[in-house]
Amino acid sequence: MVIHKAHTSRIRQSMGDNLFDAVVNVVAVLVMLLVLIPLIFVVAASFSDPDRVLRGEVFLWPKGFTLEPYKMVFENQDIWLSYRNTIFYTVAGTAINIFMTILAAYPLSRRDLEGRRFFTLIILFTMYFNGGLIPTYLLVRDLNMDNTIWAILIPAAISTYNLIVAKTFFENSIPHEIYESAFLDGCSNARMLVAIVLPLSKAIIAVLVLYYGVAHWNSYFSALVYLRDKELFPLQIVLRDILLLGQTEQLGSNDVGMGEKIKMAEAIKYSVIVISSAPVLALYPFVQKYFVQGVMIGAVKG
Amino acid sequence: MKALRRALRNRYDLYLLLLIPLAWYILFQYVPMYGLQIAFRRFNPSLGITASPWVGTLYFRQFFNSYYFESLLVNTLVLSIYQMALGFPIPIVLALLINEVRIKPLQKAVQNITYIPYFLSIVVIVSMLDLFSDPSYGLFNKLGALLGAAPQDYITRAQYFRPLYVFSGVWQNMGFNSVIYIAALTAIDPQLYEAASIDGASRLRKIWHISLPGILPTIVILFIMRIGSLMNVGFEKVLLMQNPVNMTTSDVISTFIYRNGIQKGQFSYSAAVGIFNSLINLILLVGANALSRKVTHSSLW
Repeated sequence: MVIHKAHTSRIRQSMGDNLFDAVVNVVAVLVMLLVLIPLIFVVAASFSDPDRVLRGEVFLWPKGFTLEPYKMVFENQDIWLSYRNTIFYTVAGTAINIFMTILAAYPLSRRDLEGRRFFTLIILFTMYFNGGLIPTYLLVRDLNMDNTIWAILIPAAISTYNLIVAKTFFENSIPHEIYESAFLDGCSNARMLVAIVLPLSKAIIAVLVLYYGVAHWNSYFSALVYLRDKELFPLQIVLRDILLLGQTEQLGSNDVGMGEKIKMAEAIKYSVIVISSAPVLALYPFVQKYFVQGVMIGAVKG
Repeated sequence: MKALRRALRNRYDLYLLLLIPLAWYILFQYVPMYGLQIAFRRFNPSLGITASPWVGTLYFRQFFNSYYFESLLVNTLVLSIYQMALGFPIPIVLALLINEVRIKPLQKAVQNITYIPYFLSIVVIVSMLDLFSDPSYGLFNKLGALLGAAPQDYITRAQYFRPLYVFSGVWQNMGFNSVIYIAALTAIDPQLYEAASIDGASRLRKIWHISLPGILPTIVILFIMRIGSLMNVGFEKVLLMQNPVNMTTSDVISTFIYRNGIQKGQFSYSAAVGIFNSLINLILLVGANALSRKVTHSSLW
């Protein structure tokens, strides 16, 4: 063993491998910069004097530091209302997701469930073939759910991929013998879920909360298709209106000129991006560990 | 032991738990599948799905004979293949790169930073493309100026739609998509690398002969799944990037379905186009799976 180690370390010091290491490190740093530069630019521009942003002076550091664009965004009623709506959709939607996903994943993970293969097949099939946009839209309309919060929450109640991840986790991390001994103690199958499975499954619940939560926060399409009332719009729809359709007339006070208004309309776009992405990104360092875990569990199943 | 198993099996409360999600699957997945029959009927909302008159394959023929059929199909396939050609291998290369970085803090930093953009919404990503395209001060044009390129509004040009779509997708997803390969790489037996070092293999040779074969099964499985969704381009993103000027390259089958179905109310016709789209996906998936089972002995089923 000792000899081997000496051997490998001598080989590792060869010229070719030193060069290889250098190239790898340089490329790694370049990739990092490629990802970071656009993000830093947006943040820097959001804190900069709009005039200097529009003149193209800002790059990676704010020029003429100001909070004016942020103040304008905070004064905007549409953004606040939609922010509140999105928080509601995210919290309520994720709660429904977790409830439904565990309710399906737990029985399907039990090896002693008769018909387990059949039920799993029914569910898996929908990953490869489904009704698609039009029939689903007609169904939601027939159920009188369109233009209500339910159109956002219910049709998206389960993601089959996440369900499979949860099922795989239960299968691999909760030994079957636990169920058998709990059963001998007179514990019902439903109680086993609450008393045994859930306490052992904090990691997977964190993964599910993260996946579902981010999906709700960033979702815009179901709102685009199903919602018509402004009071129900989530943040992403209002973002689209402001950022891409340029509906910024309502922003800013009336005592400024037209040129000033156009300038501010451009300037606030950067702060809108920062404000809308901040909650998810701020949460990220804390949940990062679970996020990677989720991918790993999913990878087991392919 | 056997009696115990049977008793467990007889407990019906597991089925009660399963009943609620199963009801959801039937209502929100299988009822829409049943509803797909409107593609073969002239759907009339007041008559309902099953009472609407049967028209056979009329809408399918209408779609195949339309003047835009070819361009929609080409746009969808070109965008999708373009996206796959870059979006599929780059995460693999990134994973191998991260795996080779020997400075631990740098390795962690690259990995954690590259998947930040995954958390940004599509609306934000497209807005960034829009802002960066601004001819007078956008980031793209500032970088372009360094290379001597004339300023342009990239996002409104038809010829830049595909590169913008594909490269922003790579930028956003490469980190996230590489995690699965990094996981597969850490599962490779370190003794293989040691043995190769003793034989005097260079780092590049070790990547080629140990790392790549080690993650090949993962690559194959993900590739089959990717083929199976070849016709599904990132619809929400295309829709946001579309404008009247770039429609010649940006109009794809799914945005066509949205425009004609949801916005214009041509439900039957759009449902027929949707079926065409799903069927091609299904055929590609089954084909790729069969091919892979033959060639590499690994498959989805």
